[in-house]
Amino acid sequence: MARTKIYVPRETAAVSVGANEVALAIAQVAKKNGVDIELIRNGSWGATWLEPLLEVEVDGTRIAYGSVSAADIASMFDADLLSGGKHERRLGPTDEIPYLMNQDRWTFWRCGRINPLSIEDFELHQGFKALKKAFVDGTEAVLEAVAKSGLRGRGGAGFPTGIKWRTVANAKADQKYIACNADEGDSGTFSDRMLMEGDPLGLVESMAIAGFAVGASKGYIYLRSEYPLAHSILSRAIETARDAGWLGKNIKDSGFDFDIELHLGAGSYVCGEETAMLESLEGKKGIVRFKPPLPALEGLFGKPTVVNNVISLASVANIINLGGECYAGMGIDRSKGTLAFQLAGNIKRGGLVEKSFGVTLRELVEDWGGGTASGRPVKAVQVGGPLGAYIPADQLDIPMDYEAFVDIGAMIGHGGIVVFDDTTDMAQLARFAMEFCAIESCGKCTPCRIGSTRGVEVIDKLIEGVDREQNHELLVDLCDTMEGASLCAMGGMTPYPVRSVLKYFAEDFASSGKK
Amino acid sequence: MARIDTETASQIVKDHKSKPELLVQILQTIVTRFGWVPPETVRQLAEELNLSRADVHGVVEYYHDFRTKEPGKHIVKICQAEACQAMGSRQLTDHAQKTLAMSMHDTENNITLEPVYCLGNCACSPAVMIDGKTYGRVDKSRFNALLNNLRGDK
Repeated sequence: MARTKIYVPRETAAVSVGANEVALAIAQVAKKNGVDIELIRNGSWGATWLEPLLEVEVDGTRIAYGSVSAADIASMFDADLLSGGKHERRLGPTDEIPYLMNQDRWTFWRCGRINPLSIEDFELHQGFKALKKAFVDGTEAVLEAVAKSGLRGRGGAGFPTGIKWRTVANAKADQKYIACNADEGDSGTFSDRMLMEGDPLGLVESMAIAGFAVGASKGYIYLRSEYPLAHSILSRAIETARDAGWLGKNIKDSGFDFDIELHLGAGSYVCGEETAMLESLEGKKGIVRFKPPLPALEGLFGKPTVVNNVISLASVANIINLGGECYAGMGIDRSKGTLAFQLAGNIKRGGLVEKSFGVTLRELVEDWGGGTASGRPVKAVQVGGPLGAYIPADQLDIPMDYEAFVDIGAMIGHGGIVVFDDTTDMAQLARFAMEFCAIESCGKCTPCRIGSTRGVEVIDKLIEGVDREQNHELLVDLCDTMEGASLCAMGGMTPYPVRSVLKYFAEDFASSGKK
Repeated sequence: MARIDTETASQIVKDHKSKPELLVQILQTIVTRFGWVPPETVRQLAEELNLSRADVHGVVEYYHDFRTKEPGKHIVKICQAEACQAMGSRQLTDHAQKTLAMSMHDTENNITLEPVYCLGNCACSPAVMIDGKTYGRVDKSRFNALLNNLRGDK
């Protein structure tokens, strides 16, 4: 008789609220009750607010139980968990959870569904199908499909992936590289982590496709050190793929060699900037390089390098499977396809929502997110990490679209959405933006290195009420200098959150810290 | 935490094929195991990797992870980034500093308190990392409970 499958995520968020204890309790209770079960540690579906989310497979249907704690397990077994029995934690079939049903799962479709470390499970769910197709169709077809898809860099800059790949493919060199940027440092973002923990082989496959398309035999993943669980899962996935012959020399007799080396960052935010990341991959201080030369021509160790974010890469497998046109058919205007939005901060239903571009910020915050966790009115929403603008509550009808955000002095970035309620002191957040820049600046260019420290001082004076008009003017001027004269987005975009607070929440400077 | 000895440092360098371009990885391995990089290790790495001492020192100083002071047995990091701020991480940080009677970056009673800028657990804010494990939805009482676990194991 087949053993009943029970799924409990091994994913940072789920584990951070007790998933390991739940898994342990299941094993113990099953043993005590003398029932033979198969416990699978999957990735998370992304309904983080329901974690730990336990599932049991009954006649091929997965029944979900939400917000489970170890203390619930005995009573769940008593309530016939193995047949999907009634219990106060029972949510019904996973496929029918509204939060998950109404998404466009292109990149994350395997995440939560499969055992992330099982090659068999991966292949049962179309794993390596795209790589095999690439071997048959050839490099030109892959480059064409990626160009047609309209995929843009999901790390934040939004540069067309097809153009980047074409540039590297056309470059002449004895060695080329794929460098996967997994230094997901923006507050409010966790989609890279979720993908690496829930579908690491999907990333491995897409990196191999990238290598095949541009003629690179070596890939690097630069993973931030704050993600120890992702590191453990990803390193095992890479080994598994190597053992199964999907990485290494002459992969599956294709004549194509490709292998991946996993590197850890060391707690530097600016190493998420592509050239700083390359420096760090070379073992140096993560100091931003001048551009040009572009990394596509002179990147890692001076060789042509594709630098792509985890999600950009992971989106490619299905672009090969289903065609670039199919991906381009989703989204709006020049924002094609889907983005894995991450709902975070003071939000009732936080988690990951992969949706086509064009969905509005309000739909994400209110329909999926359910408003604030505190139940108070939304005051502001920061989109795109610490360098993103604070958008006031009355502007949430903006569609998620790269250009629409640029038009209001904001950015979508990596798709992180952080919600703040009406008790928030926005002046302190403006100050924090400058303070964070001062802490994390690589120090190469003056506007960022010095400007951020001066920014904190000027904001302190504004808060204290010292020469308010002059200091306001000074801060605006400083923001202009930093934006115009910084070498990279760190100093160049720190003014975005600051300006947005000046524009929409200026009264908070007077009231800051004086409740 | 222990202080790394020269043989172990040499072994870690060899495990990384004595490649200078793996300096960040070598230091990360050392810090993961020993918590910090003592000055004599900087000299040793420079020698064994054929780099200048200034090169190694520069890299050690640049990255937040590479401590140059010996930390306590337990490392408690509290996320300071925006998503956690939205859920009260500033108040949690104040609470932690008061409870532990110490400031950020200090070490007392075998506990080192540090800020961290995003643990990627932003849908379960505020987040805390203790000895490499991430905890979510950490309010003051949960923080106290986690701290009590550490105090039982000094």
